[in-house]
Amino acid sequence: MEKRKPKALGLISGGLDSMLSLKIVRDVLGCEVRAVNFYTGFCITETQRRTGRRRADGSVKPNEALEAGAELGSEIELIDISDEGYLDVIANPKYGYGANANPCVDCRIDMFQRARALLEEWGGDFVFTGEVLGQRPKSQKRHTMALIEKNAGLTGRLLRPLSAKLLPPTDAEKSGLIDREKLLAISGRGRKEQLRLAEELGLTNFPQPAGGCCYLTDESFARKFFDVLDHRDERKISKEEIVLLATGRHFRLSDRVKLVVGRTEGENFQLERQAQGRYRVFAQQVNGPVALVEGEPTWEEMELASRIVARYGQGREQEQVAVAWQRDEGEPDVLAVVPFRDDTAFERFRI
Amino acid sequence: MERPAPDVTLDTSGTFCPVPIIETAKAVKGMGPRQVLLLIGTDPGIETDLPAWCKSTRHEFLGCEVAEGRIRGWVRTRGED
Repeated sequence: MEKRKPKALGLISGGLDSMLSLKIVRDVLGCEVRAVNFYTGFCITETQRRTGRRRADGSVKPNEALEAGAELGSEIELIDISDEGYLDVIANPKYGYGANANPCVDCRIDMFQRARALLEEWGGDFVFTGEVLGQRPKSQKRHTMALIEKNAGLTGRLLRPLSAKLLPPTDAEKSGLIDREKLLAISGRGRKEQLRLAEELGLTNFPQPAGGCCYLTDESFARKFFDVLDHRDERKISKEEIVLLATGRHFRLSDRVKLVVGRTEGENFQLERQAQGRYRVFAQQVNGPVALVEGEPTWEEMELASRIVARYGQGREQEQVAVAWQRDEGEPDVLAVVPFRDDTAFERFRI
Repeated sequence: MERPAPDVTLDTSGTFCPVPIIETAKAVKGMGPRQVLLLIGTDPGIETDLPAWCKSTRHEFLGCEVAEGRIRGWVRTRGED
């Protein structure tokens, strides 16, 4: 009787390790592969494009998963998981945060649960990833990998081809559906073995390691993220707020009031789009940034915010700048203020 | 360059990577073989994302053009497998 072709669902980030894992599962193990990439809403590439930022050479940062799909000749399905359920996991992680706002263990459990649902709906045999044992400090330790697998309901159905020989065999290996001898025993943070393997498998176009594409690992973003959660009764955050967190300079003026000031034309454009329900603050007679104010400021806080906004505009050297405050379609209030001359005077408000 | 008349037009303006491609994939699923999709958007990365996506899915990338801050990209869906 002819052996059936195993069906494997891959979680592909587009980095070298995930590309290698797909090559091994598809070409070496001979599986039918369905490759997916989860979009979380915390993507650095997305934010850079939204705010008009480009790389030093003027080019736009590519989507690594799409580039990987082109290189591998395999469709990578992009699946949007940036829903309320995912944001609740990020705001209330059972296993805590890493160095910044990155709850990598909980995030992976959530992703793997979603992968399990896709696997079962598709009638697949196992899920695979490019994870390497010991490569990352929190989520890729042996016991954490086992915990994630168990919590996702994937015990025995999660294959990490690059480190498989260092991990317990999966059901597919035990049953002989796939050959464990063809799998690898890579561990640690080095890339030497992966680079050798890339050459062996004919992979030539792959990204250099660049710290990933997740804003939650960014220190500055994390400060703003926790500031929002720490200033509300319920630990909840919306998709729209995430976009705002990645845009502009943020200042906490009081427990109730926050100021966001655009840094670039692209950010100003984004802030204009999010002005609904917030004060839109801008210098009236000179060019300058768009700023938004959340909450109901006191007179002193309005003056403080106006002086900061005036500082970042072309009227910063003027004796006075007229700063307009407008809410939705209402008539603006105008404050004439002296722009801050010295940034240290308002630095303590910066988040 | 002359562009083919689209069978389906998809406007993703205001959304950014990877949403335009997610929407493109959804739209193409509902189209027949050898039909033309016109993708319109404001994400400058469409110029690199769309050909990469076409290469991986074996749809035919027909080109992109940029005018007045809008990117327009054309795709011809692949024939019957």
